[in-house]
Amino acid sequence: MISFERVSKRYDNGHDALREVSFDVNRDELVFLTGHSGAGKSTLLRLIMLMEQPTRGRVVVNGNDLSRIGRRGVPAHRRGIGVVFQNHRLLFDRPVFDNVALPLTIAGYDDREVGRRVRAALDKVGLLDHERAMPVTLSGGEQQRVGIARAVVGRPPVLLADEPTGNLDPALSAEIMQLFADFARVGLTVLIASHDLSLISRLRHRIVTLREGRLVGTH
Amino acid sequence: MWVLTNVPRAKKRPPEGARVARRGVVTRYRAWVRHHRASAADSLLKILDHPVSSMLTWLVVGIAMALPVSLMLTLDNLRGLEGSVADEASLSLFLAESVDTAAARALAQTISERDDVAGVRYHSRDKALEEFREQSGFADIIDGLGSNPLPHLLLVTPRDRTSVAASEDLAAALSGLPAVAEVVVDSAWLRRLQGLLAVGERIVLTLALLLSMGVVLILGNTIRLAIENRREEIRVVRLVGGSNAFVRRPFLYTGLWYGVGGGVAAAMLTALGLWSLGGPVSALAAAYDAEWSLSGLGIVGSCQLVLAGGVLGLVGAWVAVSRHLRAVEPA
Ligand SMILES: Nc1ncnc2c1ncn2[C@@H]1O[C@H](COP(=O)(O)OP(=O)(O)O)[C@@H](O)[C@H]1O
Ligand SMILES: [Mg+2]
Repeated sequence: MISFERVSKRYDNGHDALREVSFDVNRDELVFLTGHSGAGKSTLLRLIMLMEQPTRGRVVVNGNDLSRIGRRGVPAHRRGIGVVFQNHRLLFDRPVFDNVALPLTIAGYDDREVGRRVRAALDKVGLLDHERAMPVTLSGGEQQRVGIARAVVGRPPVLLADEPTGNLDPALSAEIMQLFADFARVGLTVLIASHDLSLISRLRHRIVTLREGRLVGTH
Repeated sequence: MWVLTNVPRAKKRPPEGARVARRGVVTRYRAWVRHHRASAADSLLKILDHPVSSMLTWLVVGIAMALPVSLMLTLDNLRGLEGSVADEASLSLFLAESVDTAAARALAQTISERDDVAGVRYHSRDKALEEFREQSGFADIIDGLGSNPLPHLLLVTPRDRTSVAASEDLAAALSGLPAVAEVVVDSAWLRRLQGLLAVGERIVLTLALLLSMGVVLILGNTIRLAIENRREEIRVVRLVGGSNAFVRRPFLYTGLWYGVGGGVAAAMLTALGLWSLGGPVSALAAAYDAEWSLSGLGIVGSCQLVLAGGVLGLVGAWVAVSRHLRAVEPA
């Protein structure tokens, strides 16, 4: 589903964020991406999102070679990928419902379908009764769950998360990770970057480790 | 719900991208119309959320547009005046002293047969002296003159009354006749007015061009600020797959609304100015016994002004969006 073939990324300042990285994530699989801060985890996810281009190598997502996707194809590519950020990146000027509905509005669904899907997604993350709430009134864990609902509401085949539990306490973090595991069980391909080794090693999923831009282990 | 209850089917489901691509043209068109409507409404609501600053923007745009428009209206009204002045445009032909009455009449006949002449009025020297005697009060002096010092006069009306050039050509042709001592063209006034109108037109055109650019820049800057304020929103929308058109649309509508509001303000300002001038002008016209009143923009003109405002707003928004939206890359 996601495939890296000898991918290197050098930023404009000459820094090598990724060096010859090769690995695959299969359909329905949940893979953790770990490594110290600065190891290149976010860079790797940004390549999948087409927020950056690799300097060398090939990234294939859902059968599409990303180097073949032109400027105009980027939005459609991103619509096929749900993303969750460490700081949620919710829009604070609108209620939870509108935040979750954003990808559906972009994809052009009608109001009835939007309502149905948004409620299904909010139900899944346990926030069905918060749809009219403004994001600021929610706790950190709740905000993160709104972010997750937004990421999955369009039913993308791929779900990415960059340090989704970075700001949460261990109990909440475990809950959130369980949520991701549930999504992988029902057919999503999930890739989660996290440096919280103690948490992710307890969940029995494949772990890919980066060190200074190199892949040093996958188990 | 959908996630956990359909486990076996969920795995066979084709990816979302493929299903979206398969949705029909009609569905896509509906979605497109829906987003246009939503963007238009949202942009308008956002503008109305800040009534004071929005009013100021509308007023600034309105003033910038009303200025050339009022000047243009002034010119149009003066042009109406030009028509009535032209009615009186004629050539005065003073004949040579040696020309007698019969020859003068014959000449009048010949001239009136020319293609570029609408009519000739013969004014005999005797009649002229008579009038002068009665009206000037110098009867004694005039009676004391041995002979009539006044020449015969032909008043020639050119066929093309509005063209200064035509009446001057005619004057040149007629002054070449041996019987004609002097030709006086009464079109100097007209000529000056036409010159002024031509200059005024240039000034208005230049002003309109400059102020339109000003409006585009003002609105462009307003849109730039709106883009700044919604940076994070733009980034998030891009990250979840919003196309450039999708991101651009609300800002284009914002520009459109500012422009349309500015156009309405301009139409209102123009009408206000005209209304305040209306009283004095009709008093002036009455004093001159003239049937002349100011004509304003009218419904059609006002609508055109609003439309022009909308176009300027769109152009301004387009400039801002194409310059500043690209800089907001997802990070
Ligand atoms: N836009 C950028 N320009 C230059 N260097 C960058 C940029 N983004 C990240 N880096 C560098 O690349 C390396 C990897 O960063 P990142 O992928 O964010 O690591 P991680 O997410 O694992 O902490 C770091 O050394 C970081 O300083
Ligand atoms: Mg990172």
